[in-house]
This record gives sequence, C-alpha cells and structure tokens, in this order.
Amino acid sequence: MNTPAPSAPGTALIAALQTSLGADQVLTASEDIIPYGFDGTATLKQRPLAVVFARNAAQVSAVLKLARLHHAPVVTRGSGTGLSGGSVPSTAAIVLCLVKMDRILELDTANLTLRAEAGAITQTIFDAASAAGLFYPPDPGSMKISTIGGNVAENSGGLRGLKYGVTRDYVMGLEVVLADGSICWLGSKCVKDVAGYNLRDLFVGSEGTLGVITQVLLKLLPQPAARQTLLAMFSRMDSAAETVSAIIAAKIIPCTLEFLDRKTIRCVEDFTHVGLPLDAEAILLIETDGHPAAATDEALKIEDLCRLHGATSVKRAASASEAALLATARRSAFSALARLRPTTILEDVTVPRSELAGMIRDVEAIALKHDLNIATFGHFGDGNLHPTILTDERNTAEMHRVELAFADIVSATLARGGTITGEHGVGLAKKPFLRRQLGDASYDLLKLVKRSLDPDNLLNPGKIFDL
Amino acid sequence: MIKKLADIDYSILQQCMHCGMCLPTCPTYVETKEERNSPRGRIALMRAIADGELAVSKSFGDEMYYCLGCLACTTACPAGVNYSELFEVARAEIEEKGVLDSPKRDAIRWFALRLLFTRPRLLRFVGRLLWLWQVSGLQTFARRTRLVKLLPGNLRRLEPQAPVIQAKFSHQLIAPVEKPVATPPAPRRVAVLTGCVQDLVFADINRATVDVLLANGCEVHTPPVQPCCGSLHAHNGDTGTARELARRQLDLIDPFTFDAIISNAGGCGSHLRHYDHLLENDPAYRERAVEWSRKLKDVSEYLVEIGFRKPGASAAGPVENVSVTYHESCHLCHGQKVSKQPRELLKAIPGVELRECAEASWCCGSAGIYNITQPETAGWLQERKLGHLLATGAQVVATANPGCHLQIENSLKTTRGSTASAPKIVHPVVLLANAYLAEEASGRPTGNVIPPSNSV
Repeated sequence: MNTPAPSAPGTALIAALQTSLGADQVLTASEDIIPYGFDGTATLKQRPLAVVFARNAAQVSAVLKLARLHHAPVVTRGSGTGLSGGSVPSTAAIVLCLVKMDRILELDTANLTLRAEAGAITQTIFDAASAAGLFYPPDPGSMKISTIGGNVAENSGGLRGLKYGVTRDYVMGLEVVLADGSICWLGSKCVKDVAGYNLRDLFVGSEGTLGVITQVLLKLLPQPAARQTLLAMFSRMDSAAETVSAIIAAKIIPCTLEFLDRKTIRCVEDFTHVGLPLDAEAILLIETDGHPAAATDEALKIEDLCRLHGATSVKRAASASEAALLATARRSAFSALARLRPTTILEDVTVPRSELAGMIRDVEAIALKHDLNIATFGHFGDGNLHPTILTDERNTAEMHRVELAFADIVSATLARGGTITGEHGVGLAKKPFLRRQLGDASYDLLKLVKRSLDPDNLLNPGKIFDL
Repeated sequence: MIKKLADIDYSILQQCMHCGMCLPTCPTYVETKEERNSPRGRIALMRAIADGELAVSKSFGDEMYYCLGCLACTTACPAGVNYSELFEVARAEIEEKGVLDSPKRDAIRWFALRLLFTRPRLLRFVGRLLWLWQVSGLQTFARRTRLVKLLPGNLRRLEPQAPVIQAKFSHQLIAPVEKPVATPPAPRRVAVLTGCVQDLVFADINRATVDVLLANGCEVHTPPVQPCCGSLHAHNGDTGTARELARRQLDLIDPFTFDAIISNAGGCGSHLRHYDHLLENDPAYRERAVEWSRKLKDVSEYLVEIGFRKPGASAAGPVENVSVTYHESCHLCHGQKVSKQPRELLKAIPGVELRECAEASWCCGSAGIYNITQPETAGWLQERKLGHLLATGAQVVATANPGCHLQIENSLKTTRGSTASAPKIVHPVVLLANAYLAEEASGRPTGNVIPPSNSV
C-alpha cells in the first residue's frame, strides 16, 4: 500500500482524485472553493481543501477509498441548503458534491415507486410524480433546489408533516457507499420486507456521518383529487390552539395547518400589504385534500370550528387562484422576516402539538428577556415552530444575547417534552444540546454506531456530536 | 473615485443568507452546476474580497463577466439582496484593477463605451453607413462572393447577426411634440426615450409607443437627439461614464415638467429608473434624479397605471385571430418587476390569444453584449429559449427589449431561414398601436376603459 508524502498535505490526495475523476471535476482554486465553505446556515463558514464532483457510485467509492488512504475527512453535499451546518466543511475536508448525479432513473407506476440519483432535485421528483398523476408529499421549503439525497440525509420535513409525515416515511430503499468504499443496497420495492436489521432507516437522517447515499427509492401516493384552503384570524393565540385541538378531535387531519404569530403577521403585512389585521395574534392557514366531496365537507366543518373557537374572520378559497392568494401570507413569512436585519437565524424546535401555544408564549418572553427581535411561524399541526431570530452577526454583544436566548429556547422546549430539531438536523448548530435531550445512554449509542460504520471518523466528522 | 466592494454597505453582502433559492433560476449555474457560477457563489467571492480574504483576480473577473446580469436571482431571492448593485460595483472594480485588460479588449471597450455610445450623432452616422451597406447590395455582394470570409473570426461570426437598420430613425418619424387628436381636459405630459439600438433598428417601435400614448390622451415630448442612457456603461464597469450620461439625460429632460418619463426597452428602463441611486452623491443632480426615478415608467406599466383604453373590435370585418406568446425581457421583469402589465396589454387586444411559454422569464442569451462576449453560453440559452417559444406554436412572439428582439430573430434566421411558418417578433405596443389603427379605420374608436390598477 502506498503512503502519501507527508511533506505536502493534500497534494498527493488531490493528484490522485484528479486521476480518478478527471482534473476538471476537482476544484482547488480559491475562487472555486470559497463558495463551498457554507450551506444555508447563518454565520458558519470553513474553507475546504478541495471540492470534487462524482458521477456515479463507483466514483464515490473511489473518492472514499482515496480519502481513507490519505486520512482526509469527506463532507458530502447536495445543493447546500441545510439549516444546521450539516454540509459546512470540516477542517481540511474534501467536499464531495453530488449535484451532477441528478437523474431520475425509474418511475414505476405499477409499484408506485420512483428511483433517482442522490443529486436529483426534490422539485423535479415532485414534478415527475405529478406528471404521472402521483404524489411525492414531503415539501421542505428549499425543495426547488434541495437534492433528494440531502433530504434523506437530513430527514427533511415540510408543511405536510401532520397528514403525510416526513422524508423518512417515503424512503423504501437506498444505495449507500460505506466508509471503506463498498457499495450496498438497503431496502426494496416490497411494502413488507423484514429481512435483516432495518439499516435503511439508520441512514435516513444520518447527516452524512455514516455513509454516502447515492441512490434513493421513493414511495409515491396517488395524487389527491381536490384541495380546499382556509385562512383564519384569531385575536388570541390560545383560541388558535383550541381550534387546532378541536379540528383534530373532530377526526379531521388537514394536510396543512400553518400558523403565523403576531410579530410575523406585522412583518408580512408591511411587506405584502395583503390586508392582514395588525391586531391579530395568530393566523392559521389550513388545507384539506382528498376526494372532492370529503375535502369540501372537511373544509366546511373546519370553518365552523374556527368560528366556534373565536376566529375573528375565516376565509375559504373558492378557486385555485383564491387559494394561492390566501397562502400568500404564509408563503411570504420567511421573505418578509429575512429582509429586516442583515442576519436571519431560522430555528426549528418542536414540541408535542398540545404544548405549542405555550411554547410560542415562552419564545415571546425569551425575546423580551434578551431584548431581541424574534418572530415565530411554523407548522401547528406537528408542533414544529420556526422561531426566527433577526439580528446582525457583526454585532458581538447582540450575538451573545442570541446565544443565550437560543439556550433558553432549547431549555423551554425540553421542559415541554420537545426536541431541539424537528426537521433541520443537528449538524453543528444543535450539537451542544443533543446530549441533554437524549440522555447519556442513547447519546453514547450514537457514537457506538458511528465507530462501527466509520472507524476512522472521516465521514462528516464533528457533526451531530464529537467522537 | 469608483466605489469598491470593500466600500459598499456591508449589510448588502450580509443580506445574502446563502439559502440557495437563486440557484435554479440562474442560467449559468444550471449550465455548470458549480457554485462559483451562481449568484450565491459570486456574492461569497465578493464578500471574501470585501473581507480581504481574496484578491480581485483574473479568475474573479472572468466569473463576473460570465454572469449574465439577468437579475433572475433578484426575483427568486427571499431576502431581497441588491445583486444589481453588487454586480455593477464588482465589474467597476475589475475594470479599475485591470485584471482582464488586453490591448484588443481595451480598444473595443474604448470604441464602444467611450466613443460610439456617448455620441448619439456619431452613432446615427455609423447606423446610416451600416444601412447603406445593407440596402446598396454591398452586403449581399460580400456574402455571395464570400468576401466576408476575409473578416477576422469574431467579426465573421457576428456579421450575419448584425441588425437590419431601418430607413428612418426615430427623429424622422416622431415630431418633438405631438398632441392627442381629442385633447382631454387635463392631458398628461410625458417624455418618450428613444434609446440607441431602438432608435436605429426599431424606430417603428418608438413611433408605436408615441401612438399608443397619444391614443390615451397624452401629450408626447420626444427630444430628437437623445444621449445613451448609460446602461451599457454601468453594466460593463464604467460607472463614471454612466453618471456623465445620466447627467446629460437630466439636462435634456426635466422630470419636474412631466407626469411620466417613458421607456420602451427593458434593458434601458432597468438602468434609467435607478438614476436616483447612481447620482445620490451628486448634490447638483440628486434631487432631479430622485424625481426622474419616481416618474420613470415602462410604457406598458404606465398604460396600465393610467387605465389605457381597450381597443374596440374592428367594424371593417371579423377580427383576425392571432396567437401570441410573450418572452419577458430580464431587465423588464427582474430588473423592473414589470411582468403582468405587458400581458394585460396583449390580452386587451381583440383577437389575441395569449399562450404562455415555459421559462418565459429566462434570459434569451442576449444580455446586453453577452452574446458577443460569451457566444457559447449565449447560444445555449438562445436554443433553449427558441425551443420553448416554438413549442407554443404561437404565430407571434411579443417582447419588449431590442436585445431580446434581435437575439430571437437571429435564432429564427439560423434555424428556420425565413420560412413563412416562423413566428414574427413584435413589441407589445406595436400590436396595441395596430389595434388602435384598425379600430380607427373602422371609424369606431370605442372600447372599454380598463380601470387604473394599483397592482404595479
């Protein structure tokens, strides 16, 4: 076995990568690699040693074997839209970018599955399914550019979690390249498959720390025939919470159940001028889908329940264009907030649904305590909040208060039986809080798994936890 | 003193939260799938320069000239990053540092930016010579005898793309002041900007612009000799000349005396409406520039704003049905956020069936002089655009920018020759002007008034 020259760190590895992948698929110049020093997470930045593009699993395998030989960390990346720093390069890392592996390989309408390369764009998958009258439900906010491999690695959520679940619920199989370069297939097209451990699920949400996902086999659903959209305003957050509980108690599971808090409502109104009431404390955007008669029936019941529980106004869309108009407020929430200050930090703590109204109050109190601008919106149906901290990373005093506030938000979340991350992953951003949530035994179990699959700690090292 | 990346308001750079929403809308990223070729990547490089972590290098210069400047990213951006400002400052710094300089590039830039496009009379003279070359048969002769093959490679490639110069320029078609036939009690006073390429190649569009404004009760002022608006200069790193041209424009047309200043070319309008920003540090012109920017409107935007008259059906006979698809000029839809209004104009014309085409707001590859500087990427975009336009089967492609107009016309020429089945390229105001004309011929200038819209 050849050992690399110790005098020139990285050069021998880079030369070997160039031979293996082709010189133009290995980037090392500053102008080429600076744009790979970050993902969608605020304030985290680290320049990689090199960026390489693979075209297939065999090339990924070659990269991992070379990395192992030269003892170089490998950070796998799709479109770099993650919100927990999961694809921010580790020190002196090779960034393995899979966006050029973007083909949809098979749409199986008999088994309702779709097989795609890891770099395929989520929106493209959604569109391909739609064109066949099928439905791929997970819709993370970044789906227009996020890759399916990244979605699986982070187990991304979206607006439809309550009724349709998250990415994990649609993964039937994976092709994974392990740390030693071996290529394995986990799962199958069979709905029932209990052969061996369920290792497929181990890789869903593994954030690139256990292996490199190169192909994904997805489950599809028939497209719902109809959708109904409602927008309800409340002068008290508690009324909105009671309404949500009442809807679920009436055995209705809406496909979308989104909320905006008072601060978000004001920002959205300033930005869009769609006529939102500035004295409202909560707005709910509710959608039901399914058979046309069922969707309409549910929407009528929801409308009644909203009024019964103190909604100050309820609008039900009569057409698709009206529905789009009602959804404007929710769709513009993030844009409206992101414009206010130079730095926007989007959090994703999640609590049991019954705790959500209380949690929103906690966040308001924390913002007041630390003198910060925090607006909250998110997914009421699944208890997933997006407290959005509007700040300026160059203001060190304020950034210190942001850290304190974030720690408080985590404490409040855990006190309410919640989780530090509902859909963004742990990455670097949530790492300090993971042990507190999991407890020592299960935290150590994560490390045990990591050590057995990646003994040299070369796959996205330093993410989720430190070994 | 030019503004450098290190001098600009740092919060403009910080405003980019690198979420990646710009990537799928950026033609160069879609072409290469490499981050440096994306808006987010370019902003990261600019920030590295501002932070002193990266020098303004040739590689950075190449990158910023690989960017089309189409501003599609600004429409997609959730955080409202002012990419257009970053783009112009970066290119200006690249020019100041001279990292891309070569004798040939310098000579071309001097000739185009400093000479030709600062002297409107010289530009018209050159246009006249080109017209003579085209109509005298010399061009045909040179092509037939293969004399064009003697031209250097680049020119040989560009020669067939040279626009056909019209026999009459704008000042020969439009009087300095024209009043509507039926003067309303309080006519609106508007100034029409004739542009450079528009003036030489599409003077008929300028005429149509005046006609539709007259038909809507405007008193139209069109100064016969107008300077270039400076957009070419600002987009190519020559902000000094761009400022000088803006001042000349403001000397010629006093915005305080008009209700609106009308542009009909997407690329020009996008630059023209930012004179306030361009001259913000010029105490002598600042106030005028602010007023100018407030009143600068694209023609379709203004027509919708004043509730333009919907042309009535022609009484002379049944209206001829025509299918139209609309290609959005980048700097009209992304630069000026004028996207609905040209469609409203088209839909108001009797007999017009508007067929949306895929990627209507994608760049066609013209992008100022990009088709000359980056022929490969421009060609790829041109083909992609043509495919989408032809897929609609529309008989007419409407577009509101001379660069796009020529780029699409050229792509039709090369792929379809001049077959009858090829769609015609028309500015929306020309279709509207024709509709008013047809209505007039039928002697029935009636029609519904579309209520003024606030949805601008």
